Amino acid sequence: MARVLVGVKRVIDYAVKIRVKPDKSGVVTDGVKHSMNPFDEIAVEEAVRMKEKKLASEVIAVSCGPTQAQETLRTALAMGADRAIHVEVAGPEYETLQPLHVAKILAKLSQDEKADIVIVGKQAIDDDSNQTAQMTAAILDWPQGTFASKVEKSDSGLTVTREIDGGLEVIKTKLPAVISADLRLNEPRYATLPNIMKAKKKPMKKVSAKDLGVDLAPRIKILSVEDPPVRQAGSIVPDVDTLVAKLKEGGHV
Amino acid sequence: MFKPFTLFVFNLNKSNVFIRAKYATAVLPQFSANKYAVERKKFGTVRPSDIDYFRTILSKERILTDEEDVLPYNIDWIKNCRGQSQVVLRPTTTEEVSQILRYCNNNMLAVCPQGGNTGLVGGSVPVFDEIVLNLSLMNKIISLDEISGALVCEAGCILENLDNYVREHNLIMPLDLGAKGSCHIGGNVSTNAGGLRLLRYGNLHGTVLGIEAVKADGTVIDCLRTLKKDNTGYPLKHIFIGSEGTLGVITKVSIHCPAQPRSVSLGYFGVEKFENVLELYKSAKSSLGEILSAFEMADNESITSTVNNLKLSNPIGDYPMYVLVESHGSDENHDNEKLNRFLTQGMESGLILDGTVTSEPNKMKSIRNIRESIAGSGLIDGYVFKYDVSLPLRNYYDLVEDLRKKLGDRVTRVYGYGHVGDGNIHINVTVPQYSKEINSELEPYIFEQVSKLKGSISAEHGVGFRKPQFIHYSQGDTSLELMRELKRTMDPNGILNPYKVLPDVASYE
Ligand SMILES: Cc1cc2nc3c(=O)[nH]c(=O)nc-3n(C[C@H](O)[C@H](O)[C@H](O)COP(=O)(O)OP(=O)(O)OC[C@H]3O[C@@H](n4cnc5c(N)ncnc54)[C@H](O)[C@@H]3O)c2cc1C
Ligand SMILES: Cc1cc2nc3c(=O)[nH]c(=O)nc-3n(C[C@H](O)[C@H](O)[C@H](O)COP(=O)(O)OP(=O)(O)OC[C@H]3O[C@@H](n4cnc5c(N)ncnc54)[C@H](O)[C@@H]3O)c2cc1C
Repeated sequence: MARVLVGVKRVIDYAVKIRVKPDKSGVVTDGVKHSMNPFDEIAVEEAVRMKEKKLASEVIAVSCGPTQAQETLRTALAMGADRAIHVEVAGPEYETLQPLHVAKILAKLSQDEKADIVIVGKQAIDDDSNQTAQMTAAILDWPQGTFASKVEKSDSGLTVTREIDGGLEVIKTKLPAVISADLRLNEPRYATLPNIMKAKKKPMKKVSAKDLGVDLAPRIKILSVEDPPVRQAGSIVPDVDTLVAKLKEGGHV
Repeated sequence: MFKPFTLFVFNLNKSNVFIRAKYATAVLPQFSANKYAVERKKFGTVRPSDIDYFRTILSKERILTDEEDVLPYNIDWIKNCRGQSQVVLRPTTTEEVSQILRYCNNNMLAVCPQGGNTGLVGGSVPVFDEIVLNLSLMNKIISLDEISGALVCEAGCILENLDNYVREHNLIMPLDLGAKGSCHIGGNVSTNAGGLRLLRYGNLHGTVLGIEAVKADGTVIDCLRTLKKDNTGYPLKHIFIGSEGTLGVITKVSIHCPAQPRSVSLGYFGVEKFENVLELYKSAKSSLGEILSAFEMADNESITSTVNNLKLSNPIGDYPMYVLVESHGSDENHDNEKLNRFLTQGMESGLILDGTVTSEPNKMKSIRNIRESIAGSGLIDGYVFKYDVSLPLRNYYDLVEDLRKKLGDRVTRVYGYGHVGDGNIHINVTVPQYSKEINSELEPYIFEQVSKLKGSISAEHGVGFRKPQFIHYSQGDTSLELMRELKRTMDPNGILNPYKVLPDVASYE
């Protein structure tokens, strides 16, 4: 049975309004509600289902970030992960933490923990990078099944249905492998009270990037973060005929 | 037939449930006057010369007279009532409201004040050809005092827009309800709406600081103070709060907004039976103390019908009763400690069978959405008989079980949900289509039962068009007579929202 490593990132909750810092160096995170990246919730759900189907023996959740990342890990534990590893990255280092660093950390931990499957969300909703799964697979030289909307066990490994432009692609991979979760893979569960209580007692290990031998020097420099252009104000038209006329006028129909 | 209907949907506000529900049954309701056999009072009818006069006050696009345009303003949210108005007027200033009313009063033209038209007792739509005075263009925010929390705005501001606005200043509106995306603050005040935060922030008689209103004869009454204390004479604002458009048209509101809580959590629990809901309520009050801001319940049928009809997902398994608890506090660690104690006790004692708790905004939103969608989900079944009553907590759920037995499989569903903390339950009975027979089994039966238990036949939705004939189950003769005197004083010609709130007596005509 496989051991599954799941990456979970703490991001600004998607129901919260994002504000850009006045100096355009990033977005305001202080005092802002955070939660688990929604695609990572899907990744955790998939791992937990694998365990429930007895395809996996153990689910390990990993998060890289400041102390608060432990809250995200507790959520993963409450959803059903068995134990957690908090890779502490704080302060300025966290601000420049990039997919390549996370991929190196996940790759190292996969080897240390003898994981057979790594599942991560296809992207984090804050940076939208969509790189971690691919880089992790490359560093480990493992096959990858990205944008998964279905993962099944097959004799020699996994059958992964991928969401691609205009349709679905079905691939087979050997194990070990890296999977990235797309939106339709599953609907994540709510953590239930008994599991929230149990999660408090599950083991959580803290390590540093240095312990893992990963250098966190930034490879990308952020020049400026800006608000999207303000949407043009809409206008209310009196009836359907005017609406159609306006649409024609604008060349939309 | 179809065309007006598409327009109907166009005019609605963004509440999802609302739009889906409207699509579900594309049949126009019967005229209220026929359905409930009402006789038209001796008001004038609108003539072309009246329209000409209104044109001197309002620009052309703010006077609707085409049948298709007027239709949505004639039908209420639950599609129970349908009026026959030919004219909708949409003023933008108090002065315009005043001129319109003065003219209508002088010419004996009846007027139906309308806000977001989400009212649930048929008060917001005409019965015959009353002129609809729709306040939706009076939607400006006038001022916000960030220190005192006093917000002053026009009556037609949509509650959710106000809430979003004051949140930018770290405040919240003192009330919240499922219709927030459509209802107006003026409508809320006119119905004395309760909603989901009442337990914590009190009702509108406490939070409304001032009101500007226009009397039937066009006189503007300016009680638009922003003061918390003002004991100078009779508290006039209170007679407009909950008067459902029968004593005056509210044009501006000043309201106290509490500080936005820094820590908010939401718990959603499965419970075995109603007695346990009450036990859990007691426990929540003592363990959570001042941070308890909502304690709501919904029975299994409420949740299953909502989840199935609207394709939502239920966060936890199937339970006889569900409870939703919300906490608002200023310190997350402090609140968590209290919550943990409450949850641990609840689980250990077996009062909570299962549940989930979260402070993540997106999850809270999904869970609240289930609770807020219950009110609309029944429409998918066809027609909903809705009752909104206050009862002593001991008897809070009895009536639901009683009705289930009484009606059996002659109805699609009977379910109860509501604000336990306020002693207020909503009882819904759904049927494929409106049936006089079921109606006569429900009314006055329900009101008799409520009266026996010394409850209120209308806890938060008001009396409107649907309940005047039952108001005596909750109000004594002398109180009713004083209400009539008040109405005569404020609106001697009775032009404001006729056929609503007070039952007819011969002497009144
Ligand atoms: C030391 C002191 C401290 C005070 N502090 C405050 C304070 O902090 N806040 C505050 O608001 N006030 C304060 N007050 C004034 C306050 O108004 C009174 O103390 C109290 O509310 C009046 O109650 P009472 O029974 O003494 O009424 P009375 O003084 O007897 O009557 C007051 C008025 O009410 C009428 N009235 C009394 N009973 C009735 C009834 N049953 N039905 C109809 N009318 C009635 C009377 O005709 C009169 O007009 C204070 C007064 C004192 C002496
Ligand atoms: C999904 C849903 C959930 C709801 N939940 C709750 C709830 O939790 N608690 C609760 O109390 N109610 C609830 N309601 C009903 C509630 O009374 C209305 O939603 C709201 O308060 C009415 O506001 P409105 O602007 O839509 O008023 P309308 O429906 O337009 O009007 C309601 C009454 O007020 C009068 N009126 C409106 N505006 C004015 C004005 N400016 N001046 C004078 N009279 C006016 C009308 O004539 C009518 O009699 C709910 C309704 C829906 C559809």
